[in-house]
Amino acid sequence: MKVRYFAWIRQKVGVAEEEVSPPADVRTIQDLLDWLARTSPRHAEAFSEAKVFGAALDQAIMPLDTPIGAAREVAFFPPFTGGL
Amino acid sequence: MVVRVQVEDFDVGGELDAIARGNPRIGAITSFVGLVRDMHVKEGYHRDAVKALTLEHWPGVTDKALADIEAEAHRRWSLDASLIVHRYGRLEPGERIVLVVAASPHRDDAFDACRFLIDWLKTKAPFWKVEDTPSGEKWVAAHGDDDAAAKKWEP
Repeated sequence: MKVRYFAWIRQKVGVAEEEVSPPADVRTIQDLLDWLARTSPRHAEAFSEAKVFGAALDQAIMPLDTPIGAAREVAFFPPFTGGL
Repeated sequence: MVVRVQVEDFDVGGELDAIARGNPRIGAITSFVGLVRDMHVKEGYHRDAVKALTLEHWPGVTDKALADIEAEAHRRWSLDASLIVHRYGRLEPGERIVLVVAASPHRDDAFDACRFLIDWLKTKAPFWKVEDTPSGEKWVAAHGDDDAAAKKWEP
């Protein structure tokens, strides 16, 4: 599965996207977040503020407790700050 | 309903003329223009001078999010036309960031829809800002009052 990061999450993790193969007990987006946070110190630091993260499954914004199911791409991003 | 996400600046007068042209039903056009400020004025965050800011977005997803916001405005109000132009990339103080336009036979719908469009855009479209300040890059945090402004339009 592909994981994408945006804005400061991308800067802290150090890559814009990566291919990951989480274990079978990673069911929801939150599970994936918790698992990714353990993959490296950079992830751990970036994900220490994960309570503010938004997420999307195949480019559709979803709550963190959503099961990942057959989604091929999961995206994580900070709150939006568009406009003026 | 038109949405554009672009690097280039836009011409406000030209955009308003284009909306009115050929549609005699329109009696009221409201517009909102957002600009880059040269100072971060939110208390409790930081007060460094802002040399420039860079707007990042999510190509493909942004356009759809903005189109959804526009469609919602057309469901709620009687609009003959609407427009959202949002820039991305590096912008300096005084530059235009965003243009929102709502056109209707009457002013009430145009005013309310315009306000709704900018309020929802701020919290529902995937844009992120990073400021270039004398002490380095600073990502702009989301503000609770933006959430509150968006929330008052919840059904």
